[in-house]
Amino acid sequence: MSSADTVLLDRPGVSLSARLLRSELRLVFGRRRNQVLLVVLALVPVLVGVAIRVSSAEVEPGEGPPFIDRVSGNGLFLAFTALAAVVPFLLPLAVGVVAGDAVAGEAQAGTLRYLLTVPVSRTRVLVVKYGALVVFGAAASFLVAAVGLGLGAALFPTGDVTLLSGTTVSETSAIGRALLVAAYVSVSLAGLSAIGLAVSAFTEVPVAAMATTVVLAITSQILDAVPQLDWLHPYLFSHHWLAFGDLVRDPVPTGTLVDGLQLQAAWIAVALAVAWSRFTTKDVTS
Amino acid sequence: MTAPVLQVEAPRSAPDVDAAVRTTGLTKRFRGGQVAVDALDLVVPRGSVTGFLGPNGSGKTTTIRMLLGLVVPTSGQVELLGEPVPRASASVLPRVGALVEGPAFHPYLSGRANLVRLDAADRTVDRRTSSARIDTALDRVGLQAAAGKRFRTYSLGMKQRLGLAAALLRPRDLFILDEPTNGLDPQGTREVRTLVRELAADGCTVLVSSHLLGEIEQVCDRVVVMRAGRAVTSGTLEELALLARPSVVVETPALDAALSVLRRLGATAATADADGLRVRADLPDVAVEDVTRALVHADVPVRGIGRSGRSLEELFVELTGEGFDVVG
Ligand SMILES: Nc1ncnc2c1ncn2[C@@H]1O[C@H](COP(=O)(O)OP(=O)(O)OP(=O)(O)O)[C@@H](O)[C@H]1O
Ligand SMILES: [Mg+2]
Repeated sequence: MSSADTVLLDRPGVSLSARLLRSELRLVFGRRRNQVLLVVLALVPVLVGVAIRVSSAEVEPGEGPPFIDRVSGNGLFLAFTALAAVVPFLLPLAVGVVAGDAVAGEAQAGTLRYLLTVPVSRTRVLVVKYGALVVFGAAASFLVAAVGLGLGAALFPTGDVTLLSGTTVSETSAIGRALLVAAYVSVSLAGLSAIGLAVSAFTEVPVAAMATTVVLAITSQILDAVPQLDWLHPYLFSHHWLAFGDLVRDPVPTGTLVDGLQLQAAWIAVALAVAWSRFTTKDVTS
Repeated sequence: MTAPVLQVEAPRSAPDVDAAVRTTGLTKRFRGGQVAVDALDLVVPRGSVTGFLGPNGSGKTTTIRMLLGLVVPTSGQVELLGEPVPRASASVLPRVGALVEGPAFHPYLSGRANLVRLDAADRTVDRRTSSARIDTALDRVGLQAAAGKRFRTYSLGMKQRLGLAAALLRPRDLFILDEPTNGLDPQGTREVRTLVRELAADGCTVLVSSHLLGEIEQVCDRVVVMRAGRAVTSGTLEELALLARPSVVVETPALDAALSVLRRLGATAATADADGLRVRADLPDVAVEDVTRALVHADVPVRGIGRSGRSLEELFVELTGEGFDVVG
């Protein structure tokens, strides 16, 4: 039994670790806890939609989550309302749990040492882990949007949509805008995922990494709400999380949205650099 | 406290021997100052089954982690199959099957799904043969029937078997097995022994750690004995057995003169004890009175002489320090 006759199928540069990424995605999406998180997220548009449907209370504009006053007029707004409702807490919670678990969970279980001795280079571990986190965040955002659109259409009248700017657009355009919102939220979550991955690389206790990531997300939003700290606001990773409201105007004012994307890009770069420098040098003693 | 270093005088592994594992001055000082491995020069000749023996906390697992690139040495070098680790890890580690400090898998995946994941992580294997190789590995460790059960439901022995199956997922040149029989029943222990012999018969090199001498004795042809991060002795099992075999012990201040007389009498292995007061030689066919006469004739001052025998077990305890306390 010798490996001399083993064909080396490794083609550096060509193989993008697709097989390992698929395996990682199966691990993330196959895990019961993560499935429960997705179900809870999907329940938000259901709860909001049903509540609006069965209640006769009139909602004033500005009350409750953004756009909630418009849902009964056009069901497609349920997607926007639901996304606005989950962005501040539930989505960061779900992403924080999965991201905090990414490296620390494998370290605690001891599976990290076997993954590394396969071998998988440490950089590749991080790339694959981060890839799966980005996919999870996107899946969560698009799930909320899809359930919102579908249920909104089932429970309420649809048709041409009158945007915040007063312009009316077609139903197709409104659906497109809802998906763009989900995409924007996915990018925001990609930033949080990078931060969570970095935290996760520093500990062997997954619960600590999860809690830290969620606390960071909440703290960032608290600081963002303190007017005395307005000099700090443009740097907070949560600062433009809710800027997606601009996508519901016509024409779309892109300034803040672009700021938001750039802010996330910067945070992703910094957090991944921190994660990489820590993870590629640490002793794996678990 | 320094360990008694017993010098085996029979031919030792030359520095240029073809080694599957070679470390030079390998040292690990953990943060906090704990020196887990201390200037270790480890040589595992190609094709050998080498036992890595030492009591709890003697640095076996830490050494193995450094061999595999999991822990960065404080100083010193590691070579696996002739290539430096961690620099050449990507090309060397696929040829190394390893078990490090017990098996570890995802608890909520089945045994088979866990192997699928490890195989997916290996970029140097043909994915089309994946399920065939997984089946073979599971068969080889007798786990086929339980392959579909979640890992968390496995017994300790089943977990250990799955760990071995992971090491067997593809052909290897070197196996590094950290306490592979931990938690196995007598039947499982015997199976692991058979497996190690099979691997060796196939031409693989095996480094197997244990704190049980009995286990090492049965499968290994060489041993390295660790104590407090240092190798206190290494050599073939025969060389170690010589140390343990009934031998003539001469108490004398003139060690060198006594050693040369003993060799002249036909001792193939003659050693001086670490305390510098005694020499020891295997002279099974020479009567003690003849040895005495020869020593006196050569003007060697003899303070005492006699035959002594130690079991390998006693020797091991002597080498690694007796008592229950973990050194550290
Ligand atoms: N991460 C760590 N930080 C600090 N000290 C450590 C760490 N890991 C191991 N050690 C210390 O290093 C020494 C050697 O430990 P190691 O696990 O290598 O021993 P071992 O020979 O494998 O023991 P056993 O037979 O019990 O498995 C011990 O004193 C241990 O306390
Ligand atoms: Mg150990």
